[in-house]
Amino acid sequence: MVSPSYYLTLSAILFGLGVIGFLFKRNIITLFMSIELMLNAVNLAFVTFSRQWGELSGQVYVFFVIIVAAAEAAVGLAIILLLARNRQTLNVERINLLKL
Amino acid sequence: MLPAATDYYRLLPEILAAVFGTIVMLLEPFLRREHKAALSWLGMLGAAAALGAAVLVRSDAGPAFFHLIQADPFTFFLRLLIYATALLVMLAARAYLDRENLPHGEFYALVLLGSVGMGVMAAAAELVTVFIGLEISSLSTYILASYRREALRANESALKYFLLGSFATAFFLFGVALVYGATGTARLEQVAEGVASVLLLKLGLALVFIGLAFKVASAPFHVWTPDVYEGAPAPVTALLSTAPKAAAFAVLLRIAGTVLPATLLWFWVLWGSAALTMFVGNLAALVQSNVKRMLAYSSIAHAGYILVALAAGTEAAYAAALYYLAAYALMKLGAFTLVAHLAGRGERRLTLEDYAGLARREPVVAATLSLYLLSLLGLPLTAGFLGKFYVFVAGLRAELLGLVVLAAVNTLLGAYYYLRVILYMYFREPDPTYEHAAREPVPAGTGLVLAATAAGTLLLGIFPGHLMRIAELAAASFR
Repeated sequence: MVSPSYYLTLSAILFGLGVIGFLFKRNIITLFMSIELMLNAVNLAFVTFSRQWGELSGQVYVFFVIIVAAAEAAVGLAIILLLARNRQTLNVERINLLKL
Repeated sequence: MLPAATDYYRLLPEILAAVFGTIVMLLEPFLRREHKAALSWLGMLGAAAALGAAVLVRSDAGPAFFHLIQADPFTFFLRLLIYATALLVMLAARAYLDRENLPHGEFYALVLLGSVGMGVMAAAAELVTVFIGLEISSLSTYILASYRREALRANESALKYFLLGSFATAFFLFGVALVYGATGTARLEQVAEGVASVLLLKLGLALVFIGLAFKVASAPFHVWTPDVYEGAPAPVTALLSTAPKAAAFAVLLRIAGTVLPATLLWFWVLWGSAALTMFVGNLAALVQSNVKRMLAYSSIAHAGYILVALAAGTEAAYAAALYYLAAYALMKLGAFTLVAHLAGRGERRLTLEDYAGLARREPVVAATLSLYLLSLLGLPLTAGFLGKFYVFVAGLRAELLGLVVLAAVNTLLGAYYYLRVILYMYFREPDPTYEHAAREPVPAGTGLVLAATAAGTLLLGIFPGHLMRIAELAAASFR
């Protein structure tokens, strides 16, 4: 059996990649995909821990996360679509009416 | 193992709000255009039903749904706060939606469904349930932020809110996963028992804190707040700055109150975050010329004061934090509702210059706004003063002298920008070359909200006893 620590390391790496992608990429869709990557890293962690503890609730949590991620995608893509239609751009640096 | 009737009963406020939200949404397509505004009555009825249910359930405290939900006096306090806020927001929004020519039905449905999420957050006794509530509330408010679909600023506000909000949620969720990994449970009461890895638990709790710090807009995770609050439609800003923030604070309070490792680990984090949040909010607010943006920074500063109470960590401090949340919700709701009214069609009149000489043109409106501002500043006889007073006293009792001194310094800083608006309204002659807005009568719904919040601000400032008792009871439910 593969040790759970490998899965956890993979999960941490995926989460880290998501964070890096979110912070350094400029395309809105890429930012959104980075967030999805982070959520999936969490799913992997949940499943691993669930296996480690010999308890099922961790796997049930994953279903909740998947459903919520889907709902989030629906709302998020609608907002992105609205913005793309009104502004003709998907670059976050050009979305700067409100000063940061 | 099936949920019993008591389980549903203890979640009744949220169930009612969800049912009414769904009915509003289902009815909307069947109504003719001119009748759609009537949905606001149904929406408000939903919020009122949830409020009534919260009072009804109060006497039957206890866990529900296998300890995922905890209906206790703490939950009761926050349910009152959240559903009352939702009610007032819907009442004020009707005239706004008419003025901006926006659809009615979805707005009320989203406010109700969002408040379901906030109610779940307040009642949740388990971290994944918190996550579900957080997402229900966030998804509704993302849509509300982009409600003025044609306005570029609202689009941008919604995008920033969505991206940074989901980013923060991912952190929160990873934290939950680590806590689960460290302890084998996500139930708050059991988290402290049977810890397999202390390091993992600490890391998890730190990530949970980051996620929630984003939601309460505390520094250094506040960068989204001014942009989102400025760009979102003003009634939505009124909602965003009060109810979801209170719900996120509720989660922080519940974790700090029930999970001992979190209390110990978070102390310096809360200390530092409180100090930084107050300074960032107040210093940035000093230089704002846009009143809506200034109020956004002021709400960051107020999150800092509440964090002072959290850092103090005593029962009295938690009661003070709850009292502060209620007082803060009243004045912010009133202030943003008034800003929404004065901004005029398309929300174009938001600068200080638009407020010059307002006292002569509209004395009552100017006096009401002054009341909110003085309460935000913390002048005696207002709710804001007593909120600060309770927090400072609790901080001193917990021997946080340094932090309380910093908070007092910040109160003085805040005086500058609150008083500046009042100065503009009363003593500044309007620039004759500047084209001021035509005077518009205050719509009935807006007027009612203003009267309620102004009366509440004064009442809580003069007779705090009753609310403070409920807050003390609420804070005692962690024992």
